[in-house]
Amino acid sequence: MAVTDMNAAGLRRDERLERLKLFGLSSPALLLVLVILVIPVGWLFYVSFIGADGTFSMENYERMIKRKSYARIFYTTFEVSLLTTGICILIGYPLAYFMSQLPAKLANLCLITVLLPFWTSLLVRTYAWLVLLQKNGLVNNWAINLGLWEEPIKIVHNLNGTLIGMVHIMLPFLILPTYGAMRAIDRDYLKAAANLGASPRRAFWTVFFPLSTPGLFAGSLMVFVLCLGFFVTPAVLGGGKVIMVSMKIVSNIELFVNWGAASALGVVLLVLTVAVLWIASRFLRLEQITAGGH
Amino acid sequence: MTKTTPDALPITVRNVTKTYGPVYALDDVSLDVESGEFLTLLGPSGSGKTTLLMVLAGFTRPDQGSLKFGDAEMIRKPPHLRDVGMVFQNYALFPHMTVAGNVGYPLRLRGVSKTEMADRVERALDTVQLGGFGDRRIDQLSGGQKQRVALARSIVFEPRILLMDEPLSALDKKLRDRMQIELRHLHEKLGMTTVYVTHDQREALTMSDRIAVVNHGRIMQLATPEMLYDQPENKFVADFIGDSSFITVTRDGDSLVAAGTTLKTNRPVPDAAKLALMLRPERVHLMDGPREGDTNLFDARVTDLVYQGESYLLYAALEDGTEVAVRGAIRAGTYGNLPKPGETVNLALDAADTVIIADEEG
Repeated sequence: MAVTDMNAAGLRRDERLERLKLFGLSSPALLLVLVILVIPVGWLFYVSFIGADGTFSMENYERMIKRKSYARIFYTTFEVSLLTTGICILIGYPLAYFMSQLPAKLANLCLITVLLPFWTSLLVRTYAWLVLLQKNGLVNNWAINLGLWEEPIKIVHNLNGTLIGMVHIMLPFLILPTYGAMRAIDRDYLKAAANLGASPRRAFWTVFFPLSTPGLFAGSLMVFVLCLGFFVTPAVLGGGKVIMVSMKIVSNIELFVNWGAASALGVVLLVLTVAVLWIASRFLRLEQITAGGH
Repeated sequence: MTKTTPDALPITVRNVTKTYGPVYALDDVSLDVESGEFLTLLGPSGSGKTTLLMVLAGFTRPDQGSLKFGDAEMIRKPPHLRDVGMVFQNYALFPHMTVAGNVGYPLRLRGVSKTEMADRVERALDTVQLGGFGDRRIDQLSGGQKQRVALARSIVFEPRILLMDEPLSALDKKLRDRMQIELRHLHEKLGMTTVYVTHDQREALTMSDRIAVVNHGRIMQLATPEMLYDQPENKFVADFIGDSSFITVTRDGDSLVAAGTTLKTNRPVPDAAKLALMLRPERVHLMDGPREGDTNLFDARVTDLVYQGESYLLYAALEDGTEVAVRGAIRAGTYGNLPKPGETVNLALDAADTVIIADEEG
């Protein structure tokens, strides 16, 4: 054999060994995913096909199609999620833009204040809204004292209260990726736009906004998907009038002890969420292509 | 794009000052750029050359001063109303638009019709030899192509003034050399007043009608490339442009003495307390024996000899210890005959090349 085969076998063995080592290092993580994700979801899937009599049946899914109340619940879930996402965009985008225009130090300070709510418990924040918004709460009392309205109005225990609470909790999830995308936009793009004749407003809409959309899109998607499965805030602030899928799952278990029905709802919610993510991922990839390798 | 821009505008800068805290980025700068001229701002980083360009483009607001394009005062005009083309150092091509989208952008802002826009974009791309590239995405382009697209975008709306901020610094050397010539040709073709910023002296010497050497926010000298190289007005310019060694010159009555040699020169001698002789490596020759005429001779001892392909570089110490460099062409088989380190040599400098400057930082 010629010189070209020099050490070839040994080098191949090294390569194999290295791959084996990498697999060995990642195996704990793989095991963790298997134990806490794949097995429970598989079990959930299995339970959803078990009827009340303990045998295989489609009744859990049939019920969802037959009963009108289920359609309402899914409609409410999507409605609340869409509205929350929309309001988050309206509030979060300008705020992220404002922060992205600040000097880095000041912007970091703002970022900390945006993240501050994360450090208190979700439950505490939700009940805090209840205290603020209830019939004799701070908001109603102040508004009446200031003469904004005469009688206490119902701000909570309805869709309004749910949306206020959910927007408050979801806002950081929208702001963070949007702000990140905005920070990454080279200032020279805007200078170039101005130099080529664009007024600040034109430069914003033709250059800054399109370049910030991947971040805005990622943030909106995150908020929307998180909203789909949200429980605590609508349960507390909705006052039983805003029933989302997660709440129906809870009542199926706590009230009716019907694990099969609850599991089937969980499976449908999971499938819907994955579908949303899948559709969005196609758009996202498209977005990244048009945004160039940035 | 074959026609010359009908009316290139002269630029008049008067007493422009810009401070950042205690630091003067621009220190009372006045400058006239003639209509259709290719003027380069040359200086080390932090010298203020880019600040001056940004003042011209409207991105930096000076503390005071006046800036005129033609007769129109521009100093308070926002950048989008100045109607000047600019090529950015990193090109600043919009990544979410195609090549045609980028080049057509200034026309879209000016309300040019779709058909005329397509026509003018294609002509601009032809001008920079990128015809047919309109549908490409920006991230599909090489560095040189991006450069050309940026150039096309800055000239497509036929501005009367073109600004360039180190546009070639991201390209490799061969491409840079070619683009220098191309930019120069393009300038001759389009004829717009061009202000070009670079820290690369060779680039400045290659391309410019005139060069303004900038340091510490001031213009140290404004002259043609040849004047700048041959007759620097101060030590900064002499040191910054080209390689030079300096020898202290002392006055002895009416005559000037450097390293033990009484100097003969037919150049003006500045009226300064301290003087120095500027030696360019390629203007100094090795002498075999004494020669008559207008030549200054220096005794020196060779300290080092470096082979550089097309030329050699010989370092030699003069009597007073100053080390000077000598550059000469190498013809086949002659390198071995050159003096070796330790040997003594005679260095010759023609009186015409004997440049004496004031020995103080300007």
